[in-house]
This record gives sequence, structure tokens and C-alpha cells, in this order.
Amino acid sequence: MNKPGDTVILSGNEALARGAYEAGVKVASAYPGTPSTEILENLCRYEGVYTEWAPNEKVALEVALGACFAGVRALATMKHVGLNVAADPLFTAAYTGVRGGLVVIVADDPDMHSSQNEQDSRNYALAAKVPMLEPADAAEAREFVHIAYQLSEEFDTPVLLRTETRMSHVKGIVTLGEQTASPVKPGIEKMPGKFVMLPGNARMRRVELGKRMERLKEYAETFAGTTVEWGDLKRGFITSGVTSLYVKEAFPDASVLKLGMVYPLPEKLVRNFAEKVGELIIIEELDPFIETQVKAMGIQCKGKELIPSSGELNATIVRSSVTGEKGKAVFEPVQIPMRPPNLCPGCPHRGIFYAISKLGAFVTGDIGCYTLAALRPLSAMDTCVCMGAGIGNAHGMSKALGSEALGKVIAVIGDSTFFHSGITGLINIVFNRGNSTIVILDNRTTGMTGHQPHPSTGRTITGDQTVSIDIEALCRAIGVSRVRVVDPHNSEACLKVLKEEIEMPEPSVIIAKAPCVLIPEMKKRKDKKRYTTVVERCTGCRFCLRIGCPAIEWVPLTPEEATKLGYKEKQKGFSQINVTLCNGCGQCAPLCKFGAIKSDGGGDDAVR
Amino acid sequence: MQSGNILLAGVGGQGILLASEILSSALLRAGFDVKQSEVHGMAQRGGSVVSHVRFGKKVYSPLIELGTADIMVSFELLEALRYLPYFRKGSTVIVNTQKILPAPVATGMEVYPPDAIEQLQSRDLAVHAIDAFGIAASVGEQRAVNMVLVGALSKLLPVEEKIFMEIIEGRIPEKIRKVNIEAFIKGRERMQ
Repeated sequence: MNKPGDTVILSGNEALARGAYEAGVKVASAYPGTPSTEILENLCRYEGVYTEWAPNEKVALEVALGACFAGVRALATMKHVGLNVAADPLFTAAYTGVRGGLVVIVADDPDMHSSQNEQDSRNYALAAKVPMLEPADAAEAREFVHIAYQLSEEFDTPVLLRTETRMSHVKGIVTLGEQTASPVKPGIEKMPGKFVMLPGNARMRRVELGKRMERLKEYAETFAGTTVEWGDLKRGFITSGVTSLYVKEAFPDASVLKLGMVYPLPEKLVRNFAEKVGELIIIEELDPFIETQVKAMGIQCKGKELIPSSGELNATIVRSSVTGEKGKAVFEPVQIPMRPPNLCPGCPHRGIFYAISKLGAFVTGDIGCYTLAALRPLSAMDTCVCMGAGIGNAHGMSKALGSEALGKVIAVIGDSTFFHSGITGLINIVFNRGNSTIVILDNRTTGMTGHQPHPSTGRTITGDQTVSIDIEALCRAIGVSRVRVVDPHNSEACLKVLKEEIEMPEPSVIIAKAPCVLIPEMKKRKDKKRYTTVVERCTGCRFCLRIGCPAIEWVPLTPEEATKLGYKEKQKGFSQINVTLCNGCGQCAPLCKFGAIKSDGGGDDAVR
Repeated sequence: MQSGNILLAGVGGQGILLASEILSSALLRAGFDVKQSEVHGMAQRGGSVVSHVRFGKKVYSPLIELGTADIMVSFELLEALRYLPYFRKGSTVIVNTQKILPAPVATGMEVYPPDAIEQLQSRDLAVHAIDAFGIAASVGEQRAVNMVLVGALSKLLPVEEKIFMEIIEGRIPEKIRKVNIEAFIKGRERMQ
């Protein structure tokens, strides 16, 4: 283990975790979500911190808030869309304030590398009336977590700490610090006027909140992470976070006011900076958050008329937006095949989605690896909105269209997503006499974010054994009488069940249960089969390509090559299984009517 | 070379992130400021993966600008072409000649460019084509492609070989350490 004073390379997320450990955080709760996931995954390795994966971000924040009520330093982490889920407790936590420090780390994803939208979480600071810090790199991330806890306790407020993909997933040099302790004494202390937000109490707290914001504005003027660098005075930039690094790269000699605290703004500092520079330009990613506030101060500045308000920025965009100067690229891009993400070879989702694609139904989808089934060749998903939305969407469509929709709409949702936000949607269907069919894709893990355990895996974040919540029993307890379990690898059997259930005039749940091939238990299994192709038997019908397995490769042939290999002259090519990629699910074998796909019978060294 | 922009690209699962980590750690130990940027999650599922490593006295932006990559290490042949706009005239390109078919090619909808290597060589670039997969297989570990390429890259950097060795020893589990070091050495020799 590294010790204080060591200089190491850490990602932003690793540095945030280190900062939380150093700041003496005792309880941390989160739901995984790119780009925030690794904060908890790293924090859980430190001694003396209780960490957990919660079923969703609202629960995570409520847990952290409870821990802070008990007088310890607490943390909740989430991606930007997770803060929408956790917004309810956040807005009222701003009223109750804290006992132990409470920090909420929220990770934005400009350019949507792994998200369904690119909302700007800074707006939550303004709307919920809580201060927000924004570090630019890993070194600042560690430092800002310390400051955030001091701030939280000193001003009796939750503190938002905003990160984004290029902070969380960028590695940089960090010097580790010592552990510090909170001056707050843990224990039970009843403070009804502060913690019971009945209207009478809440009105009083609202007044406090106003006063707190005034004091925080004063504090922002002296915040250690906000810096002014004087350079060329003709032009001055106000910026923050990672964007400040792009500004430094593009304009090394410029005057820069870099805000470490993006809400509330240090008005005097901004005015002073604006007066000293000729032209004032606000450079920020996504929304004109700083710009709008600076303009509201009556200060003239430029911002979004120059800088794009969607997507990621970088030094080239910053430079060319301000000066009109073109980028330095000398080589034009060439037209080559794209390499889109894909379901893995052996993925259980592929089998059931192949069956779903044959239903010809409208598929209300959800968030997870399985959203990739929307892509060709499966093309088996018609909506993707947010966690849990597929279930509500299916019910809404069926209520809108009545009997016309029966047998034509089906919802799919992952197991972790079902625990996150699907259960309430299912209750709604049962309660309101719906008739939707819900497919729960139970792959025994949270796949897309890197295999975190969830309430049905029987393991906690630290790998300790726990109760495995039975999805089938849960659905029955909710009142669904038609619950069926299928093997997603067996498309034919899945299709039969799907056809039966989708026609039923009552709610039904199909649990497609098979583990993700990438979880350690599956990787280590000894009886793993592999499939190979007897290429002489392939007729080039391309039927096996319809499931889009990355391990099945099409080898195109010219008529001469076809004849030479003993095929008919008009055969355009043949399919071949790449044995090093095959994970042995066997979904492809029944698709071949010519017996060209064979199993090796299993065992470690059967093929190779 | 006292500062540089190194782009590492390939396909999810090829060990690009580990290679970048070893590279960054070696540069840190050699006394440079370093920033390394990569993307996780959806972007990784068998898709194209790219990692930016920048080093120097002081590094600000974590991202390499188009037209400014000094060195590119491509873990797969086609990926070298994908990131062409990042190169400047004379950029060094270490390219693994291994082909991993992208989904549109594997399903027969598109064709893998047969002249990928020629397309690279016809431009004003210093191209080093290496059969890293073959070399990794020859030392008995197909998955050590990343170490072969780190070895080749190490030859071009102002970092002592000893530093790379120490980092790899500290980072790779004992069970597979020996083959990985062998792969690194073979890769390094390939650039002599």
C-alpha cells in the first residue's frame, strides 16, 4: 500500500477515492455508472471505510445522509443521470444540512461516451442551493475532497463535487496525504428542528439556507482552489475544471481565472478580473452556466456565441473557437469499416434477443449492455430512455392502444436495472390491471459498468456473502401470477415462451437467466465447450451471421476461389468460427441446417 | 525527446489500458510530468479503444490534438488508419500487423481494406510493422501482444530499460511475469 508523501499515478476516480479515505470517510454508498464507477471500486479497498453498492442513487444518497446524521463523514457517488434519481433527497438535504460532512460526487459525461444524455450537473448546484467544487485533474481531485468535507461541516451543507469523463478517467501525478479526522463526534443526537422537514421546520431552514448561501458567496472569494493567473491583459478567460487545462494548452500566455468552486461564484473576484482584461471570454463545456451568472452581474462577456454548447471541448476547439485558427491535422481521415461496440461472444442476451427479433413486436428497452441489441443485425430494441423506463413505456403503450397493442409490445430490462428502477414499474402494471410482458435479462451481474454485484448476486462490493434476492419470488410477491424462467441461450425455447406470454391478457414476466460470460466464475469454468466450423459443409447461406456473434467471421470468395475450394461457383463465401474468440454458448449451432457447426465436447484443451 | 504525445489504439480486450499504465508509470519514474486519458464503459465492448499519453516538463491537456501525435502504437492494423488525423508528418507508427475483424466485416457487410499497411506506408510516416501476435505466441502467451508493443515503444523513449523492467515486475502477477518480460524484450529487440 502506498503511504503519505508518495508520488504516484492515479486516475481522477482513484484520486477521489484516496481523498475520501484521507478525509476519514466512514460510510460510502453508490450505484455504478460510467464514468463514476471506479470511485467506490477503489474506496472499498481501503481499511476503515464501509462501502456498498445500493440498488439506486436515491438510496445511496439517503444512506450517506443517514450516516452524516449519525455524525460521520459520508459519501455518495453517481453518474450525472444518477443525480436525477437522487435529486429528491438532495434538495431536502440542502435544508437539513449535515452533522458529519456529506459529499456527493457526480460524474458528467460530455459527448456521451457511455450515456443516454449529456446533462450538465452544475445546474443542480444552483437549483438545490448547494455549493459545488470542480477539480481539473487527479491531484486537485484528492485535495478538493478534503476541502469539501471541511466546507460541508463548517457551513452545515451537503457539498457537490463535479467530475467528468476527462477528469475521472485521466491519470495524472498525485502526492498522497495523511488521514485527517472530522471534529464531529459520532452518535445519536435528536435535532428535530433541523432534521424533520415538516413545513414549519422547513420554512425556518429555508431562511437558514438563504443565509448560508450568502456566507458561501463570501467564502468563494477566498477558495484555495480558485486561482488567477495574470498574463496578456488584452484577453482574459474565465473557466473551470478540465476545460481550464484546454485553455492553458491553447493560450499559455493568457490571463485566466480558474474557478475551483463553480457555485456560488466569487462575484468580487469575477468583477475585478473582468475590469482588468480587455475582452472577457467564458470557456466552459456544455451549458452557459458561468456565463449566465456573469452576465446577470451586468458584466459584458462572450461565451457560447464562440464555444460549442454540446460535446467535449479540447485544446483545438478552444483555440479555433476563439481565434478562428484551423487545427493542425495534415492527414485526412480515410474511409474504413467502423468498429462499433457489440455484445460479447457467448453473451446470453444475444440468444433471447434473436428470439425477440422474430416476434416482430415493439420492444421497449432499457439501460445496460443489452441496449446493444438495438444495433444490427439483431435490431431488437425500439426505445431506450432511462433506468427502468422500458417497463413504464410498455404499460403506457398498451393503455394507449388498448387491445390493439396486445401481443405487439414487450419490455426488456436487465437484472441490475430491474432492482434499480424496474420494480415500481412492475407494481404499477399489476396495480393498474395492465397486461404487459416484461423480460428480465438476468445475467447475474451489472455487466456494462464492469461486473459489480447487485441484490441478487449473493455477494457485496467487498465479495462477502449475502442474501441473494430471488427475482422470481419477488415478481410473484408483487402479484404477477405468470412468471416463467427460460435459458436465453436456447432461442427456440425462448421464442415459444415469448409467443405464449405476449398474447396473455394479464401481466407476465419472463426471466431469461444465464450468467454473463465475463464474470470470473464463467471465465474459470472447466467444462467450457468451444464450437468450430466444418467449413466444407458451409453453403454460404449466412444464416449464422444473423445473430451477430463477433466469433463468427465471414470469409468472402471470388467464383474462382469458391470452385478451387470445392464449393459451387456462385457461393459468395463461407462462415468460420474464430476459436480464440468463441465462448462456447452454442447459440449458433442450431441455426446451421447443414451441420457445419460442431461442438468440441468441452474441457480445457479440447480445441487449441 | 523531452516531451511527447503517444497515442495507443486497438480493440477492447487487447490490454491497451495496462500498456498505457506501464508506459505512464515508467515516464513518471524517469522524472516527467504525465497525463493519460482513456474511455471506459460502452466504448469498450469490442469497440475501438484509444488511450492518450502525454509527457513533458509540465502537461496541461490530457488529450492529444489532431496532427500532433509523435508516436502511435496501434495494437491492430486497421486501427492505425482510423487515427490517421492524429499524425503529423514524420510521426512514428508502431503497428501490430494482426487483423481483428470489426463486426461489419465479420458479418460480411463490409470488407477489411486489403492494402491497410500500404496505405500507411504511402504516407509521410515512419512505419514499423511488427507481428506482435506472432512474437507473443512464440514466447508462449498470445495475450502478451501488449508487452511486445510496449517493448518496441520503449526503444524510442528517453526512459532506461531498467525502469520499464521494474514497473512490469511490480505490475504483472508472478504467474505470468516471465513470459511478459520475455515478450517485452522481444519487442524491444525488434526495433534495433
